Formats: sequence, structure tokens, C-alpha cells
Amino acid sequence: MNSTLFDAYVADEKKIEPKDWMPDAYRKTLVRQISQHAHSEVVGMLPEANWISRAPSLKRKAILMAKVQDEAGHGLYLYSAAETLGVEREDLYLDLLEGKAKYSSIFNYPTQSWADIGAIGWLVDGAAIMNQVPLCKCSYGPYARAMVRVCKEESFHQRQGFQIMLVMTEGSAEQKAMAQDAMNRWWWPALMMFGPPDGDSPNSAQSMKWNIKRFSNDELRQKFVDMTVPQAELIGLTVPDADLKWNEQTGHYDFGEIDWSEFKRVIKGGGPCNVQRLAACNKAWNDGTWVRQAATAYAEKKSSNATR
Amino acid sequence: MSSETKKKWPLWEVFIRSRQGLSHKHAGSLHAADAEMALENARDVYTRRNEGESLWVVEAVHIVASSPGDKSTYFDPANDKVYRHPTFYKLPDEVKHM
Repeated sequence: MNSTLFDAYVADEKKIEPKDWMPDAYRKTLVRQISQHAHSEVVGMLPEANWISRAPSLKRKAILMAKVQDEAGHGLYLYSAAETLGVEREDLYLDLLEGKAKYSSIFNYPTQSWADIGAIGWLVDGAAIMNQVPLCKCSYGPYARAMVRVCKEESFHQRQGFQIMLVMTEGSAEQKAMAQDAMNRWWWPALMMFGPPDGDSPNSAQSMKWNIKRFSNDELRQKFVDMTVPQAELIGLTVPDADLKWNEQTGHYDFGEIDWSEFKRVIKGGGPCNVQRLAACNKAWNDGTWVRQAATAYAEKKSSNATR
Repeated sequence: MSSETKKKWPLWEVFIRSRQGLSHKHAGSLHAADAEMALENARDVYTRRNEGESLWVVEAVHIVASSPGDKSTYFDPANDKVYRHPTFYKLPDEVKHM
């Protein structure tokens, strides 16, 4: 196998498995993408965990815990997929803790009210699903298989979020205002989740050639807008975009300019919660050190007793 | 942290039997200090939605795999024995089911 044969092989919709030959750049691209994806799942637990103790009912609390537990699981599936490429989960995770690795910029925004939990499920998980469904057909087998599991579980996340919003918009004027406020704050960051515009996305073309990525950032963003605007109308929420309008000719919604300077600022660490998120991950890691050490010591003692 | 990184928890492969009557199928992997912890983590991570009723965990180092590089030659012997397939044998049309 060489690069030319490889390119033709993946272009033919064939799958690559861990021990197969692959170009170094393909491996590197996957390690970067899968680990960033895994980090996003892990950091993504934090904005939601903020509301577990304050969920409005026992039912909502149970649902939210199940959702956060799913995110931890998604992180694990993804770290496992990354490890098949010859990297160690712990090294990837230490990069995150040291602030050397990226994760989705969306999780650097705060969750200020209960409606934010609805907006996250509906908009953020909705955007994530839009990104992840095509990844189920990605050329790298372990990543594609992990995505199948993730997508199955995400669908509950999006529905429960939309339902939180639905219930709030049917509630008191104050609850409705809360839902609208959450919509106003999460809409634009959700659109940024699809990444920079196609003209400004250096890795996209190669990833599409390798069948890692199946649709461009702008294509997915457009799909998301087209899908979500009618859902917002259905529950009486206004999309915070004065330029948003249906375009008969294209059969799509036209929408306003995204503030890419904000996107870049948040990615670079200047978002409202970047510092807080990394501090929480580091605290959890450090607080858990003795547990990991105890488990290792116990396992060693047991195995040395068994061989004695 | 450095002493900890030297003793990494081994990798375990997880297999799930989704229901009685089917074989165990590979579901994914995880790290755990020992077999008991691997089983518990496998239950928590891979069977949150009734995916299975029996779990196997196997330390990944114990799995012996064929080499993907030799795929074509390694599995070659199966290719030239078409007579192993029932469709190799042409039967008269009168024999409807065999």
C-alpha cells in the first residue's frame, strides 16, 4: 500500500482498520479529530453537571444524570477509538489538562438558567448530531463504530432538550422569557460548532478526500439552520437573527453573519468559562489520584497473592 | 503523577451477548486495574440500554491477531476452492430444493 493506492481505496468507500497501513497524515488527522471529540464529550459534562443538584424535579434530575453519564461514555468510546491508532488515552487526557488540546468551543459558555439545559440538548446536541451522523460512515472503522453508538444515544439528548423548551414555552410568561433568553444566548455559539466557513477551514478538503468528513462545515451548518428554524417556530421562540429569512430560490434559509472573531477568541481560551472548565477537569483528575493509585495497588496485591 | 503514569491500567476488550442464543460480539474497549473492575466498567459503559445479558472482558494483550498486511496471501487458500460452495454444483431444474 502507498498513498495513491490508499486514497483510491478509501475513495471507493472501503474501510480502514487499526493495523492496516495508512499515511502518517491520515493517522495524525484522526488522532487530532477523535481526541478533540473525546475531550469535548468530557468537558461537555461540566455545563450540565452545574444543574444536576438544581433540576426542577426528581424526574428531570434523573434524566440529566443519565445524559451526563452518557457523555462520559461517549468520551470513553472515543478515547478507545483514538487508542487504536497507537496513542495512549492518558497522554491525550494530560494534554487536555495542560491546556494543550482543543475541545468544542461551545462548552466554554455558562449555563445560567434551567432553560439552558433545554437549549443545550436541543441546539448543542442537535448540532452535534448533525456533525456526527455522517461520521458513522467515516473511513476509519473504529471511529465510525463509536459514532454509531454515540448517535443512538444522542437522539434522546436532543429530544429531552427540546421537550424542556416546549414545556417552558407553554408555562408562565417568566418561564417563556427564560426559554427565549437561553435561545438568544445559545443560537450563535451552536452555529459556530460546525467550525469555520469552508473558505477558512484548511483541513476540510483533505478530510473529505479521505472520507473522514462527508459534508463541509457550511453544508452542515445550513442543514442545521433549515432543520431548527421550523422547530423554534413551532414552540413560539424567535431565532435571534434579524437577517434570517426563507429563500424561495435556494429552498434554504438565509441567515446573518457569524461573529468569527468571537469564535476565535473562545477557541484560544478567551471564552467566559475556559479557565473554569480546565480547572474543574484538573481538580477531578487530582482528587481522583488516590483512587486510581489504590485500585492499582489492590490489583497488584491480588495478582501477587495469586501467583505466590 | 509520574509514578502513576508508569503503571498504566491495562486495556481490556469488551464482548457482549445481546441475548440468549446469540454469540458474544466485540463492543469496544476500556482501561481497568483488574478483571473485576473491567467487568463493572463494561457494564456501566456498554450496557446502559439493555444491550446485553452477558459480558466477557479480555485483556487486550492476550488477543492473538492475524496480520492485516498478509491478508491476501493468508486467506488465499479459501479463494481457489469454489467447490466448497453449494452453488458450484449444477443440478437439473427438476430438483427444486436441495
